[in-house]
Amino acid sequence: MNTFKFAFSGLKRDWYSGELRLIGISILIAVACLSSINFFTDRVKRGTQQQATELLAADLVLISSKKIQSKYIDAGEAAALIISLNESFRSVVVKNDKLELAEVKAVDSSYPIRGYLRTSDNLFGEEQVNDSIPSRGSAWIDSRLLQALQVEIGESINLGASELIVEKILTYEPDRGGDLFNIAPRLMMNRADLDETKLVLPGSRIQYRLLLGGKSEKIDAYREQVNIEDDDHLRVQGIKDARPEIKSALERAEQFLGLAALVSIALAGLAIAMSAKRFAIRHYDNCAIMRCLGLQQGQITQIYFFQLMLLGLICSFIGCLLGFFAQEVLNQMLIGMTQQPLPAPSWRPVLSGLFTGLITVLAFALPQLVRLRKISPLRVLRKDLSPVPLNNYAIYALAIIALALLSPWQSGNINLTLYTVAGLFLTAIVLALSAKMMIKLLKQLQPRLKMAARYGLANVTRRSNQSIMQITAIGIGVTVILLLTLVRTDLLEGWQNRLPDDAPNYFLINIQPKQVSGIKAQLSASLDTDIELHPMIRGRLIKVNDNVINPNDYKDPRANRLATREFNLSYSDKMQRDNRLVAGKWWHLDDSSKNYFSVEEGIAETLGISMGDQLTYSIAGQDIVGEVINLRWVEWDSFNVNFFVVSNTAALDSYPSTFISSLFIPDAKRAMLTNLVKQYPSITIFDIDAILTQVRAIMNQVIRTIEFVFIFTVLTGIAVLFAALQSTHDERTHESALMSALGASHKQIVSGLIAEFMFLGVITGILSAIAASLIEMALAEYVFKMDIIINPLIWLIAPLICCLIIVLTGLFGTRKVLTSSPILVLRKT
Amino acid sequence: MDPDSNDIVQAKAIGKQVSSPEGSLTILADINLSIKRSESLAVIGVSGSGKSTLLGLLAGLDTPTSGKVILDGTILNDLDEDGRSQIRNQSVGFVFQSFHLLPGLTALENTALPLELAGSEQSDEIARQRLADVGLNERIHHYPDQLSGGEQQRVAIARAFACNPKILFADEPTGNLDKKTAQRIIDLMFKMNKNNGTTLVLVTHDDALASLCDRKVIMTGGQIINDMK
Repeated sequence: MNTFKFAFSGLKRDWYSGELRLIGISILIAVACLSSINFFTDRVKRGTQQQATELLAADLVLISSKKIQSKYIDAGEAAALIISLNESFRSVVVKNDKLELAEVKAVDSSYPIRGYLRTSDNLFGEEQVNDSIPSRGSAWIDSRLLQALQVEIGESINLGASELIVEKILTYEPDRGGDLFNIAPRLMMNRADLDETKLVLPGSRIQYRLLLGGKSEKIDAYREQVNIEDDDHLRVQGIKDARPEIKSALERAEQFLGLAALVSIALAGLAIAMSAKRFAIRHYDNCAIMRCLGLQQGQITQIYFFQLMLLGLICSFIGCLLGFFAQEVLNQMLIGMTQQPLPAPSWRPVLSGLFTGLITVLAFALPQLVRLRKISPLRVLRKDLSPVPLNNYAIYALAIIALALLSPWQSGNINLTLYTVAGLFLTAIVLALSAKMMIKLLKQLQPRLKMAARYGLANVTRRSNQSIMQITAIGIGVTVILLLTLVRTDLLEGWQNRLPDDAPNYFLINIQPKQVSGIKAQLSASLDTDIELHPMIRGRLIKVNDNVINPNDYKDPRANRLATREFNLSYSDKMQRDNRLVAGKWWHLDDSSKNYFSVEEGIAETLGISMGDQLTYSIAGQDIVGEVINLRWVEWDSFNVNFFVVSNTAALDSYPSTFISSLFIPDAKRAMLTNLVKQYPSITIFDIDAILTQVRAIMNQVIRTIEFVFIFTVLTGIAVLFAALQSTHDERTHESALMSALGASHKQIVSGLIAEFMFLGVITGILSAIAASLIEMALAEYVFKMDIIINPLIWLIAPLICCLIIVLTGLFGTRKVLTSSPILVLRKT
Repeated sequence: MDPDSNDIVQAKAIGKQVSSPEGSLTILADINLSIKRSESLAVIGVSGSGKSTLLGLLAGLDTPTSGKVILDGTILNDLDEDGRSQIRNQSVGFVFQSFHLLPGLTALENTALPLELAGSEQSDEIARQRLADVGLNERIHHYPDQLSGGEQQRVAIARAFACNPKILFADEPTGNLDKKTAQRIIDLMFKMNKNNGTTLVLVTHDDALASLCDRKVIMTGGQIINDMK
C-alpha cells in the first residue's frame, strides 16, 4: 500500500471536513508570526551591516604607513571596484598667531564610498549632507579646530606651504572613529592640493588609505586575489560591528521580538495539542476499521506522520508567505524612520519558518496521533475500547524539548528563554490549581442562582477537569496578551523613559579645574538646571592584588584591549543616579582614610576583578592602591557621563584632572554654546544629537514592530480558545439536543451557554491578571532591570476582556451546537 | 493443523476473562469449535451471551486468555498484532451491523482499501467489479452519508469480498436495516458466499436468519450449549 498517497488523500479529506483546520491555522499563525519577525530582523541586521560599512566609508579599507602599492589599486580597478585614496597625517595649522595641531586628511572625489560627509555653515548651526569634497584651495575643518584657531568661514589658514580658505565646518565624517576624546581636531582638504603643502616628504608620518567599494562577493574575491593578509605593511579593515549603543538597542529589540514569537509558538503548540487530541479521538473508529481490514501499526504511524509533515510543510510555507507580506507591511509602516531603506528580504527566514513549523506540529500533535497505532481492531465490535491514554509527562517533556530547541534561536538569550519556558509552565500549574479552588468556591453559589446562570455554572463545575483545562489554556493566552498589552506598555514606557526627550545631546570636555565653577554657574543659569561636572583622570591598571597586569594573560580580545589601554578614572562622593549597586556598599562621605574603588560589573567580570581586590593604578607616574568595595550596574545607553572605575574623592582629587559633562541643550538655546566657547576657548564641545536621533528612531521602530507582532500572539490565543471549545463540542451538541428535546427554548440554551462562558471568562480574567502582574514584576526586576508601576486598570480590563473574548468566541465556536437538529444529534448517539 | 486441512477455523478450549471492579469476569469458558471450509455457521444467543466476543477471537481481532485459535493453518496466539493484521487482510472478510465504512472515502475507495492494503495493483478494477456484483455500479463515487443503510451494507459486502477471503465474519449484518432491505442483504450475502466458496460465520439473534446456515451454535453465559447441523 502506498501510505504516502493514502496520507495525502486523507489529508485532503480531513482538511475539507474541518478536522485538521485548527491545527493547520495554528501552525500558519505561529510561522507567520515568527517569519515576519525573522524577515524583518534579518533586514534590519543587514541594514546595520550596511551602516557598519558606512563607519568605514567603504566596504574594505587598506591602511599602510607606506604609499599603497599600485598592484592593489590596479587589481581593484580590474575588478571594477570603486576606488578612493586618501592620506592623513598630523600637522600644525596656523591662523595669525594661533597654532593648533590638527589631523589632516586629504581626500579624492570618490570619498566617501559609503555614507556621506555632513557640514554646516555656522558653528553649531544646521547640518547639511554633502556629496562633494572640499574644493581646490579650500579646507573643511571641525568645530574644535574652528574654536581653537578662532577662525571664521571664508578666512584663510596656513597648512605647511599652502594657504587654504575655510569653506565649511565639518560636522560628520563616516570613518572618523577612534576615541572621541583623544584625537586632534580635523582638517579635510582636497587631495589635489596635497603636494603644494610640501608636507609629504620622505620620512613623514603619513597614513595612506585605499578605500574599496563593491558587492561583497567582489570584495571577497579581491581579498583573495591580492593576498593582502600576507603584506605586513598593510592593515585591513572589513565590516565590523556597528556602534555599541546601537547594537545594544537592536539586541534588546530582538529579545523582545524573540520572546513574542516564542510565546506565539507555545500558544500555537497548545492549540495544536488540543486539536490533535480531538482529531485522534475522532479517528479511533477509522483506525479500528483499517486495522480490522489489515492495516499494520507501523503503517498507521506512517500515515499520520506523513499527514502531519505535509500539513506542517504546506501551512508553514503559507505562514512564511504571510510573514513575508506582514514584514513588508511593517516596513512600509516604518518608512522614514530608518535613515536609509532596508535591504531586500533574504530567503533565510523561510528555512527557519519551515523548520519551526515542522518541529512545532511534530512535537505537539504527533504524540496524540501516534496513540492511534494502539487502537484495538476489536473496537469495531466494542465501542468502549480506547487506546491507553498518553503519559502526560512524556507529552510535557516533548513540548519542553521542542520549545527549548526553538527558543535560544528565537530570543538569542538563554536566560530570557529559561525565564519564559519556566514561567509558562509555572503559570500553567498555578492557574490550574487556582482555577480548581475558584470552581470549588463557586459551586457553593449554584443553588442560589437563577436557571440560566445555574445551568451555566453547573456546566463549569460538573466538567470541572475540562473547565480547569480550559481556564488554564485560555488563561495562559490571556496572561500573555495582558503581558503584551498593559504590561508591554509599562515595560516599554519604562524602557523609553531611560532615554527621555531631554537626554544629553552635548558633551563638554577638556574643562580645567579652575574653570569648573564658572562654567557650572553659567550653564546652570542659562539652562535653569543643575549641571554636573565630573573629574576625569587618566590612569593605567597595573596590578590586581599582587598580580601584575599582563595583557597577554587575557585571551578575550576585549579584556586584552582593556588591559592595554589607559582608563578614564573619576572620583565622587555619591553614586550617579543611573547606576545601581550590585554588590557591596557605597563609601561614607567622611571616610577619607582609605582609597576605595567602585567598579562597573561588566568590566569587573571581563578583567576578573572581585569585591575586596586591591587595584593599583599608575597615574602620572605615581602608583595608587585602593580596595574594590562595591560593584555597579551602569545604564550605558542613558548617554550620561559614566565611568568604569570611580574612587572616593580623597583617593584621586590631588591628581591632575580635567572635567567632563554631558548636558541637554534645546535647539533654542544652542547659541549660548558659541558664547561659552568664546569665554572658555580651551574647552571642547561635541554634538551627539545625531547618534541620539538614531537610537531613538530604533527604539520607536522596535515599539511599532512589537505592537504588530502582538497581533499574531492574540490570534494564537484565540486559536487556543477555539481548540478548548472544540474539545467539548460533541458533548455540548448532545446536551443541547437533549435539552431542546425536553422543551428548552433556543433562548434558554443560549443564555445557559453565555452564563457558562461568562463564569469561565471572569475566573480566567482574574487569574490572568494576577499571573500577568507577577510575571511583569519578575521581568522588570530580573530581565529588564527597571522600576515599573503595575497598571491598576488590569483588574478591570482583564475580566472584562476575558468575558468578551470567551463569550464571543464561545458562541461562535458553539454555533453548530445551536443549529444542529436535535433528532439527528440524538440518533447519532 | 495444516492449511490444507478441511477445517478453516479451530478453537481449542478457548476462554476469555476480563478484570472488573468486582474481580475477574469470565465472558467465554472452554469453547471448542471447528468450522469446515465452505461451511456456513450461525452463532446465536441473547445479548451478553458472548457471541460477539467469540467472533472477535475467531477472526483474530482479539486474543483469548486461555486456549488457542487456529485460522487457516496459523495459530493466532503465536502472532503479534501486525501478524494478525496480515492474516485478516489475506484470509478474512467482515460485515458489521453498523457497516463501519470510512466516512471520508467513496464507495469505490472503501471497497478498494483492503486491496490497496494487500498491495494489489488492480485494486480499482477489482473494487469496481465487486461493487457491480452488489448492484452499486452507479454509485461508486458516493460517500457513505450519501447512501441509504442498505446501500452502505452492500458496499460493506463488496469490501468484505474484495480480497477473496477464505472466511467471512458477519456480526448482526441486518440489525440496522428494515425487514425488506434486510432480506435483500441476506440474499446477496449468501449468494456471494456461495459463488466465492467462502466460509461464513454469522452472529445473530434472528432465528430465521440463522436457519439459512448449514449449522447453528447456540450460546448462553459464555458457553456453547448446542451445536446443530
